[in-house]
Amino acid sequence: MRFERRDHRPLALVIATSVLAVIAALALSGILIALAGAPVLEAYRRILIGAFGSRLSTTETLTRTAPLMLTGLAAAVAFRARLWNIGAEGQLYLGAITVAAASSHLLGGLPSAVQIPLLLLLGAMAGMVLLLVPLWLRLRFQVDEVVTTLILNFVALLFVSMLIDTVLKDPTAFGWPQSQSVADAAMLPKLLARSRLHIGILVAAALAILIHLVQSRTVFGLQSRAAGLNPAGAVFAGVPLGATLVKVACLSGGLAGLAGAIEVMGVKGYVTTDLSPGYGYSGIVVAMLAGLNPLGVVLAALFSAIMFVGADGMSRALRIPSYIADVTVALSLLTMLVALFFTQYRIRR
Amino acid sequence: MSTLFDILASAGLWAAVLRIATPLILGTLGALLSERAGVLHLGIEGIMTFGAMIGWLAVYHGADLWTGFLVAALAGAAFGLLHALLTVSLGLSQHVAGLGVTLFAASFAYYVFRMLVPVAGTPPTIVPFQPLDIPGLTAIPFFGPAFFAQTAPTYLAILLAIALGYLLKRTPLGLAIRMTGENPHAAEAQGINPVAVRYGAVIAGSALMGMAGAFLTLSAFNSFFPTMVQGRGWICIALVVFASWRPGRALLGALLFAFFDGVQLRLQPALNGIVPYQLFLMIPYLMSIVALAVMARRARVPQALMQPYRRGER
Amino acid sequence: MSTPLLEIAGVSKRFGANLANDDISLTLAKGEIVALLGENGAGKTTLMSILFGHYVPDAGTVSVDGAVLPPGKPRAAIRAGIGMVHQHFALAPNLTVLENIMTGTEPLWSLSARKGQARAKLAALSARFGLKVDPHARLGDLSVGEQQRVEILKALYNDARILVLDEPTAVLTRAEAEHLFATLKDMARQGLSLIFISHKLDEVMATADRIVVLRGGRKVAERRAAETSKAELAELMVGRTVVRPVREPATPGPVVLEAVGVTLRQSGVDRLKAVDFRLRAGEVLGIIGVSGNGQAELARLLCGTARPTSGDLLLFGKPVGEPGVAGLVEAGIGRVPEDRNKEGAIGDMAVWENAVLERLPRFSRHGLVARKAGMAFAQDIIARFDVRGGGPSTRIRLLSGGNMQKLILGRNLIDRPQILIAAQPARGLDEGAVAAVHERILEARRAGTAVLLISEDLEEVMALADRIQAITGGRLSPPIAAEAADTRTLGLMISGEWTAAKETAHAL
Repeated sequence: MRFERRDHRPLALVIATSVLAVIAALALSGILIALAGAPVLEAYRRILIGAFGSRLSTTETLTRTAPLMLTGLAAAVAFRARLWNIGAEGQLYLGAITVAAASSHLLGGLPSAVQIPLLLLLGAMAGMVLLLVPLWLRLRFQVDEVVTTLILNFVALLFVSMLIDTVLKDPTAFGWPQSQSVADAAMLPKLLARSRLHIGILVAAALAILIHLVQSRTVFGLQSRAAGLNPAGAVFAGVPLGATLVKVACLSGGLAGLAGAIEVMGVKGYVTTDLSPGYGYSGIVVAMLAGLNPLGVVLAALFSAIMFVGADGMSRALRIPSYIADVTVALSLLTMLVALFFTQYRIRR
Repeated sequence: MSTLFDILASAGLWAAVLRIATPLILGTLGALLSERAGVLHLGIEGIMTFGAMIGWLAVYHGADLWTGFLVAALAGAAFGLLHALLTVSLGLSQHVAGLGVTLFAASFAYYVFRMLVPVAGTPPTIVPFQPLDIPGLTAIPFFGPAFFAQTAPTYLAILLAIALGYLLKRTPLGLAIRMTGENPHAAEAQGINPVAVRYGAVIAGSALMGMAGAFLTLSAFNSFFPTMVQGRGWICIALVVFASWRPGRALLGALLFAFFDGVQLRLQPALNGIVPYQLFLMIPYLMSIVALAVMARRARVPQALMQPYRRGER
Repeated sequence: MSTPLLEIAGVSKRFGANLANDDISLTLAKGEIVALLGENGAGKTTLMSILFGHYVPDAGTVSVDGAVLPPGKPRAAIRAGIGMVHQHFALAPNLTVLENIMTGTEPLWSLSARKGQARAKLAALSARFGLKVDPHARLGDLSVGEQQRVEILKALYNDARILVLDEPTAVLTRAEAEHLFATLKDMARQGLSLIFISHKLDEVMATADRIVVLRGGRKVAERRAAETSKAELAELMVGRTVVRPVREPATPGPVVLEAVGVTLRQSGVDRLKAVDFRLRAGEVLGIIGVSGNGQAELARLLCGTARPTSGDLLLFGKPVGEPGVAGLVEAGIGRVPEDRNKEGAIGDMAVWENAVLERLPRFSRHGLVARKAGMAFAQDIIARFDVRGGGPSTRIRLLSGGNMQKLILGRNLIDRPQILIAAQPARGLDEGAVAAVHERILEARRAGTAVLLISEDLEEVMALADRIQAITGGRLSPPIAAEAADTRTLGLMISGEWTAAKETAHAL
């Protein structure tokens, strides 16, 4: 058996790939559900009900989609330039804690119209800073950024844990390690009354479209794509490799930081160390499922959110561990990889 | 200063260093073996988690401790097979495939654990490995309790490091592995099947990773809880670079790491209230980044690392 | 005649739409040297890969001593006594010479490698065939010639009776190549059988007993060396008479690019040592040398991707500061890199994107790419430079090497640059594409462009260049006029014998 590189990859095939990968992942986790002794089809139905069965669950699913879109975009823009940013989780936390600190200590008095944009910017910048460190290590010492970004996730989480245990600790939280809350003026407007759904999802969707335009229309987009596809060729063509990667890192880290900022300002109002149920890592899956296409990220993020929210409901009803959602999402990354392979190669004998 | 001296002079520290080092040694050897054949294995963190869970689960269900260890190794090997399928047969990005394996193995471990072990207030425990009493050695004052009061898997890990060093340096198989990691086309020209070598190295390396995880639940602690691996797998990946892909140096690197970790653990209570404990916990992570920065350019990277091998494609 | 030592019978192999080998048969006797002659893409390497078990043929067999080898099993080929000396050496740079040679020669599961025995056997082989090499040296530290020796020794160590050499002289200096062929003849006298693959007529005629010519995947002829001529072989190999364009005499203009004592230091090594040259408008200056002697660095320097450590580069009489790629392109300098797949093109991007990537300032406004203008630019190149196989939005990877090179030349030449830096512009192209590339270069010269041609191909340089300088170990010889250059003189210059050049230098 040999594999041969395909010359053409029609768009329909690319889309079919993602759909197929998701179906395969669902089928595989179906086996696991059956092993746990639950009816598989009923479980799938429960997942859908859990995600969309009521006004509450629907808004909850959409609320969860926002951070996944942002971390998904963070991974997609970075991976496209072959910058392996696996540190979105840490960048998210740093963005979150920066917003909490700034609003509770510095900017809390400002009106919403000023404070919100300022805080979003600060959160994004915090994420950028955390990614620029591993990028600098790569450019200066040739250190693989995969490992450093991964490890910095743990450092960032400890840093946040330290702050909410000490200087930023909320004294009214009955001793729980929890940060002081952001000012009321810092909270993002709600999209729907009597729900947690806030405008974050619109911000994320707008960014997806914007990034799509940047990647397909601008000099920076062309250069970062070239840098990712063939660094030596890009350098020969005069693409400033380091500067391009720095820009990509700012964008990627910024998006992840923004995810943290929006999560604090939209949902909770304060930071704890369980603010993110692994949004940073799920973002990698989202980006891959989307084929690194920013518009695809929107759909892939929605899929992941459905799994996470839906599996909660399903697990309560059928007594299946809700970790099945994590398993399915992880499996969809693996099946997507395999599916991607078969769209790029065809089998010969 | 006197606190630091007391810590260094206590046998407990040195015993702890060996204990902390053990999973790092096993994991680093596993990652090193895989990388020497040319495959970066970022599945390590998840495989360690799964190994910790499944080894513990086997023992919890009545298996003896060594069987638990073996089960963890076999489970690791199974995930290794998956990683090899993705990276060797399909030639997919080793970065992304490895992360996929980690995400899958870790979430699968939590799922199985939750499915089979009911939620309880305090996590259920097993009786872990006990320190071996080595006649004549354990009884020596200071040195005995410091270096010869370990559980059997610790000695096994040290032996494995020596064995892997010998294998790579001195045996035909080791040469074949190294050549495959340097230039799989060269290996094939010598009649070696690079695909088989890579499969073997990834699977065997993954078994070591599974054992590394099992050590946590069967020797260092006595129960399993999610997130217990805490990035140890990533530290192992950093240690491979730090060790310049040599098993002997990997052993030393892991011990060095464990030393700092052991010291910080003992400094924590002494400085409680003065320095937040989180700063201490950051030390191993920051150290591994520094180690990478110092060694990355100096290390002799296997030339074919992360390059998929397809026959006839150069 | 007894059974031949090696027999290839009716071998066919198809890759997708491409029939790489079509029913090829050939035999090899003990002590015989057979040359496999053909252009790039004629199917030589595929045939040898089948012989060695890298590929499974669609039809046909390989037999040694009358026994058919199992297809697709390199181990079986090695055991039958077939040894391969690859063009791109199959060696591991971080292993020692001895380790490279002995890997795979012992049962994998034995507990200890027998290095002592291996060392002794290697020493014996070295002595017998006059192939000297230090067994404990790290392979990556050896010169290319020494690495080839290791590659040959490796085959001999496996008790090869049949040695296959794939383009063995591609990386050697003339002196090294002559030494190699003497060794090969000696091996044949000692009873080894050899097949060597080549497209160089001289060495084929000088070395082989018998010559098999492949073209388009088929065996088109088989001749005894004594009964054929270079002219006949050339026509058989190409299948038609391709006329390479001829350089007409011209008077060069003013100096446009000048190097004065330029040194380039990289990771502690001087890759270029006090290099001097002057390039005039309307002339082709050829830089000839064997790869690894500094051509790549010289090309990178002039293409804006490396900076001189010391010395001056003067562009139109003014010192070049640090222009970088953008500055050079802006200044009207065309650049053709030596490796078109690695540097010249980004395979998965469209033809038009590849056309505009290095001139984005021109094809963008306010940071937005001027897609329409870019497409039109690419279409223009495609039309005027006869690029076939795709339109502006085709991914460039899908073009053949020749067409990709036409595009690369086109994007540089279409705006009539004042200077063209061309590194190995015809490397790896078939005869027709070579002629097309040469014609474009001469056309640019006629239009007044100053061309700096960096090449390893003597014939190419002699055909195109007005003046020639040789590069050896990072040093550049004084120039000689093309009229004064013959293969012998240039061969000497490449090996560092500059006396011939010095005699004529002051005349220029």
